[in-house]
Amino acid sequence: MIPPIAKMLARHLIKGPHTAKDAVTPSERALRELAESLGITAQVKLGRSLAIREIDAGSCNGCELEIHAVNHPVYDLERFGIKFVASPRHADVLLVTGPVSWNMAEALRRTVEATPEPRWVVAMGDCAIDGGCFKGSYAVAGGAAAIVPVDMTIPGCPPTPVDILSGLLALLEAVEG
Amino acid sequence: MMGNVTLLEFLSMGREVANHRPWPRYQLDNKGWRALAEQMSVSNWEILAEWGEPAEVHVLLRGEDSGAIAVASHPCPDGSFYALGQFRPAAIRLERAIRDLWGLVPEGLEDQRPWLDHGHWGVTHPLGRPRQYDGGRHVYKFLKAEGDGLHQIPVGPVHAGVIEPGHFRFHCQGETVVRLEERLGYVHKGIAGLMSGKPILDAARIAARVSGDSTVAYSIAFARAVEAALGLEIPPRAHWLRALLAELERVANHLFDIGAVCNDAAFAIMLAHMGALREKLLDSNARLFGHRLLMDRVIPGGVAVTVDDDAIARLLALVASIRKGFKRGVSLYDQTPSLLDRTTGTGIVHSTLAHRFGASGFVGRASSRAVDARKLPGYPPYDDLDFTIPVLADGDVHARVVIRMEEIRISLNLIEQILTRLPDGAVSAPLPMRAGEGVALVESFRGEVALWVRLSEAGKVVRAHPHDPSWFQWPLLEAAIEGNIVADFPLCNKSFNCSYSGHDL
Ligand code: SF4
Repeated sequence: MIPPIAKMLARHLIKGPHTAKDAVTPSERALRELAESLGITAQVKLGRSLAIREIDAGSCNGCELEIHAVNHPVYDLERFGIKFVASPRHADVLLVTGPVSWNMAEALRRTVEATPEPRWVVAMGDCAIDGGCFKGSYAVAGGAAAIVPVDMTIPGCPPTPVDILSGLLALLEAVEG
Repeated sequence: MMGNVTLLEFLSMGREVANHRPWPRYQLDNKGWRALAEQMSVSNWEILAEWGEPAEVHVLLRGEDSGAIAVASHPCPDGSFYALGQFRPAAIRLERAIRDLWGLVPEGLEDQRPWLDHGHWGVTHPLGRPRQYDGGRHVYKFLKAEGDGLHQIPVGPVHAGVIEPGHFRFHCQGETVVRLEERLGYVHKGIAGLMSGKPILDAARIAARVSGDSTVAYSIAFARAVEAALGLEIPPRAHWLRALLAELERVANHLFDIGAVCNDAAFAIMLAHMGALREKLLDSNARLFGHRLLMDRVIPGGVAVTVDDDAIARLLALVASIRKGFKRGVSLYDQTPSLLDRTTGTGIVHSTLAHRFGASGFVGRASSRAVDARKLPGYPPYDDLDFTIPVLADGDVHARVVIRMEEIRISLNLIEQILTRLPDGAVSAPLPMRAGEGVALVESFRGEVALWVRLSEAGKVVRAHPHDPSWFQWPLLEAAIEGNIVADFPLCNKSFNCSYSGHDL
């Protein structure tokens, strides 16, 4: 009998990858935002790769679901040289989701501090931009910018995988110059 | 001691509160509430949720045999109440949270440590009578485990992967976990406070974001509670479309969970395979319903989407293609001994514990507890649909995976039934302006979501309380990991996949 894993691998070899065919382009909006927040001085050589540390500062977990989706074979973030890492010490980018709950404010601040410079903070999702539908609560500090400096935003609730990809591509482009 | 009194017989000694639907609410005095607490140690009534108000505590109960549901309320003007958690461990964290949020002291509860309040809000008892917090830090005292060679491993709140924040304190002996203690509340957003005073439709958007992965279930729960409070009947087609969206959500989450559990057992191909299947479903959601996760598609009064013949045909084709791909994934799982070796016998939850904590969803069903809100109490259109509730007794990671697999098959089948028998007609009804109280119990992919709401005559939410199934599953994770190795924690944790956001509220 042919083991199922062999069948599956063979099928994928024959049928080709799941990767979405449509080209993703860097987000114009994000590029403009970055031109303002970074200026020309921030350009460094990272060898066209970005390491991202995600930090959920109070999200409803919807944003996380779409981050998982960009890591799946269909959107396959890694083909662009962008990957998620486990430690802020290895990261160039902090991707912050959710409104910042007061209970997470300290952890967010410390995670950003633990990330070596140069580093960029991206606020992903309407909540991380300004608190979204959770703003005004006694338990919420506001968007990520209420606690740490933010370089770029990716709007949406949650942003779609294409939104996330094109935002991150814009960042890659901007910091590479 | 009372004999075999049923839940409703027992509660009828209290005062029935008018305008509470669909199930009654009774107010109990001191004596009545104490008697209720004591019944908790002898009866098999389940606590479905427990929450507060500035001077009243409420508990949603189900009489297990009869399936009768009711709310018991206890006014506590002196700011304390006799704790149910003394007799039902499931209520302990709920009552600690009640104290944090509403300032009502659970009398007799041994564990009086704060739960959601980490000392950062600037106020105490934000939903009760808030008082400026005088500063200073809460030092959280973790429970101790002592012995030769024991060491602690603190993990979180920021974890290594893309997951929600929470803190896990392990006490280990070598590689073996002696005790795990969870500390949650990091993503507490004050949702109950945010919903108060909001117009119904604004509050619905917040309810949809209590736990993003269960957005459809929460929206249905909120809508059903509102409709109950208003005494509103919605068109049958709306019920059926809600069920369609709910089952799509269930399939999407289970696919991802199965992949992720296998990934945590270092079997990444399954995550890729299931991820690709899930993506088909989310992509179809975006095309047909305008949102990948289906947020805000269920609204109080009905649904904000509809399907035409073309959409039905596409959905039927989607079901067929997912079923085919899923079957391949399952046979890969079934025939990979190295994977089964990791999942089988790992992270066992004994059925007595599952019952004691009233765990619902796949965590309960993998440990002999056959509860499902779609059957009991049941709600339309499920009473018209043909489906079963899978149950296993092993209680290990493998059982939780297998239950999910079975539920995917059942949900795909339900989607077909819904699509072929979908009634015609309107998809929503206008909301009347009326005061009232309503409660709903809805089956999310994770288990039973309870939602209670009080509406004002002006069409606003006076108070709302969403309750996530994770409340009764998180404590079981602590039990499941005991005696397992630290390296198996991610696997156990993923097999539970409790919601942090839904729990922390
Ligand atoms: S932006 Fe939307 S999906 Fe993201 S955390 Fe906020 S509510 Fe959830």
